[in-house]
Amino acid sequence: MNTLTGAWDWLGDPAHWSGDDGVWHRLAQHLVLTVVCLVISCLIALPVALVLGHLGKGGALAVNISNIGRAVPTFAVLVLLLLTPLGKWGEGPTVVALVLFAVPPLLTNAYVGMREVDRSVVRSARGMGMTGRQMLFHVELPLSLPMVMNGVRIAAVQLVATATIAALAGGGGLGRIITAGFNLASTPQVVAGAILVAVFALIVEGIFEIAERLAPRCARGIR
Amino acid sequence: MTAPPDDCLARNEWICGEYLSTRRQILLDAVVQHLQLTAVSVLVGLVIAVPLAVLARRWGWAAGPVLAVTTILYTIPSLAMFSLLLPVYGLSATLVVSGLVLYSLTLLVRNILAGLRAVPEETRQAARGMGYGPIRLLLTVELPLAVPASMAGLRIATVSAVSLVTVGAIVGFGGLGNLIYAGMNTYFKAQVLTASVLCVVIAVAADLLLLAVQRLITPWTRAARG
Repeated sequence: MNTLTGAWDWLGDPAHWSGDDGVWHRLAQHLVLTVVCLVISCLIALPVALVLGHLGKGGALAVNISNIGRAVPTFAVLVLLLLTPLGKWGEGPTVVALVLFAVPPLLTNAYVGMREVDRSVVRSARGMGMTGRQMLFHVELPLSLPMVMNGVRIAAVQLVATATIAALAGGGGLGRIITAGFNLASTPQVVAGAILVAVFALIVEGIFEIAERLAPRCARGIR
Repeated sequence: MTAPPDDCLARNEWICGEYLSTRRQILLDAVVQHLQLTAVSVLVGLVIAVPLAVLARRWGWAAGPVLAVTTILYTIPSLAMFSLLLPVYGLSATLVVSGLVLYSLTLLVRNILAGLRAVPEETRQAARGMGYGPIRLLLTVELPLAVPASMAGLRIATVSAVSLVTVGAIVGFGGLGNLIYAGMNTYFKAQVLTASVLCVVIAVAADLLLLAVQRLITPWTRAARG
């Protein structure tokens, strides 16, 4: 209980919220890293997954890439990138590592979603004379949207977690409050930072949960 | 004064045979610690997850809260999870194990529950008709049929645990993660690369091992397919 009140006091001190090491600045860094990397990963992964899913090719790769992503430790990749020439370029290693770990869930979910679209619906679309492009955008994509969005949600949560670990390798973000706490041997600061990170992650998860509930019925999928 | 040796260690190369031979003991210790942390956490997770999943299956109302809590636990990033446990366990291996148990628990409960739910109602009724009591039904029919789904969860949980142990380096108990952390601070490329590759090797080996175990204990899944 002592540590919790300590953490509470740490969070209550306005001095800890301002400045370059302050909570607001770290929160902004974390948010920018997450959003920017989510957009980059979506731009890379979704077109590839949608085209592969539409053509029905490259399935083994698209499905197995998630397993590969899980086996490779994020911390190891962050440190490896830091020691390459890329490491001199500020947040470079963090951005690359974040994108690398957000792409697999996006790719796998979007691909599986595309392949799970009822084949008879796809065939009737073809029978109606739809072109490949029309089928992709008017039939397959809308029907696979719930799975695609599930992938985006998993990727977003993964990004928040990886961005936190990036602090161990010198990256910015809320994780820095935790690592600084460890360096100062200040348990209250460590716990305060952890609470901030956990709340941030739960808010991100919550936003997707609410978006899913508010989405029109057709986009929600039948589960 | 002798001239500094001009080997791959002095040149700080990524791949270095010299590193492997001179630091063999350090690497071995790190691998052993990595394996211990992973094995203990996954096993403890399994021991807790099975009763939880069985209870959630028995009492439908318990499934919602159990799944909600595990989802929330899984959303919390690993570094934050370890940090939240710091006041409870201090800088110890128990802290890393507890954090990993919570993550494995999440994956295992979901998969075991899915496996139990997938047992066909006819099978259950047939067993009851043959005079099976609830305990015998659970132990000899439901749990064995849930093994494939549970093993899938166990494999994911183990591979994730191998990868997450490295984050334990923040409290000094990260197995190979300790070497990566130390290598980062000293820009020791060979150490970081060797430890990272070993992590992936352990994860792949554990996954294949569990796959082999699954094939051994569920011979019927192959017979049905072939």
